[in-house]
Amino acid sequence: MIPAHFTYEAPSSLDEALALLEQHGDEAKILAGGHSLLPMMKLRFAQPETLIDINGIPGLSYIKEEDGFLKIGAMTRESDLEDSSIIKSKYPIFTDASKLIADPQVRNMGTIGGNIAHGDAANDHPAVMLALRAQVEITGKESSRMVPIDEFFFGFYMTACQWNEIVTAIHIPVPSAGSGNAYHKLERKVGDYATAGAAVALAVDGSGTVTYAGIGLTNVNSTPLRAARSEEALLGKKLTDETIAQAAQYASEDCNPSADLRGDEEYKRAMVGVLVKRMIHKAAERAMD
Amino acid sequence: MKKNITITVNGTAHTAEVEPRLLLVHFIRENLKMTGTHIGCDTSSCGACTVLMNGKSIKSCTVLAVQANGKEIKTVEGLAPQGEMHPLQEGFKENHGLHCGFCTPGMLMRACELLEKNPSPTEEEIRWGISGNLCRCTGYNNIVRAIQWAGAKMRGEETPSSEPEFV
Repeated sequence: MIPAHFTYEAPSSLDEALALLEQHGDEAKILAGGHSLLPMMKLRFAQPETLIDINGIPGLSYIKEEDGFLKIGAMTRESDLEDSSIIKSKYPIFTDASKLIADPQVRNMGTIGGNIAHGDAANDHPAVMLALRAQVEITGKESSRMVPIDEFFFGFYMTACQWNEIVTAIHIPVPSAGSGNAYHKLERKVGDYATAGAAVALAVDGSGTVTYAGIGLTNVNSTPLRAARSEEALLGKKLTDETIAQAAQYASEDCNPSADLRGDEEYKRAMVGVLVKRMIHKAAERAMD
Repeated sequence: MKKNITITVNGTAHTAEVEPRLLLVHFIRENLKMTGTHIGCDTSSCGACTVLMNGKSIKSCTVLAVQANGKEIKTVEGLAPQGEMHPLQEGFKENHGLHCGFCTPGMLMRACELLEKNPSPTEEEIRWGISGNLCRCTGYNNIVRAIQWAGAKMRGEETPSSEPEFV
């Protein structure tokens, strides 16, 4: 299968890319890793008139801690996240997620910015971002702005990034001491999208009380979903089997999975509950370390 | 509107005018007539199209030729000079790592990057490492053995026996 005709631009600067977006309007799409976009174009589900390839723009790929945030450039490849020692030591939730995204070849091309900007609730990073309460840096012609992750996803393939803007970075607040985070997704086989996925980030203080809870769910809603009631069930209390079971129960009630070849609604809800419970345990274990 | 691109494949620079929508795998197979790289699923799943781009294994059915402009591609034809075998090719031969051979070029190219990044992989690391490559024939065990064998040879160690184990 081959894509429909399109024109192709490969700008060498962000300004040039933004000018091209202004010029071509919403018939242009940004090409980053291309491993969500190109498969759609090959099936002709997407037929943009112009592709703006941003792979040649320097300075968009980085992983660094600065001013109390972990800052990740949008063009950072999944394989770079997987290999990063700072990620492995302090943000293992990213290692969990990156390992579960597709397969090694796809991870060599796929970018974290693309994973989020694509706006697909089946992608893995959005739930992780929700759990960590990340912010998305969106750059336009005049300026860039930071959008909290809860305000970023609007619907299927719809995000806060406008037609003439580019997602350029993700900022994650550096977790406090006593924090742990974890992600897992249930998949039929390697490379599959999630049957259900749960990202959990916790902070537990000296007395064992939960001072921070972030829970994001993958592919069980039209947008990546924050399990808000589950978070409240944990916050301000000691982590017990009861509070964890309650959080898991709320998550399975509050999601909206669609029946498909991966499972029916009842099954997916049940799996959400199991995953939330397991990831709370895992995050709590990591918080203790 | 065609684009002028130059791609170095197995050490040789090739210049061409191509449509932006030309897939890298088609450029390799049709423009360069190098048919060692295969198209299996065409939907980014099977990995039969795997080549190295600037040293990284990628699925060439999901990359545009224009994206490879100015880059170095290595295909299975470039693994060893004519008449010689790369340790990986030798490993696949010694360990019966193929039946029909359709997935094999993709497996070889993926194994190249795998061993380059991790010269002493465990069995588990190999299995996860080739998780982007599907084989319908072998059941994977001999492919894993082939990669272990090649790894040993490339480390200058004695290669494991290729004799099958009888349980």
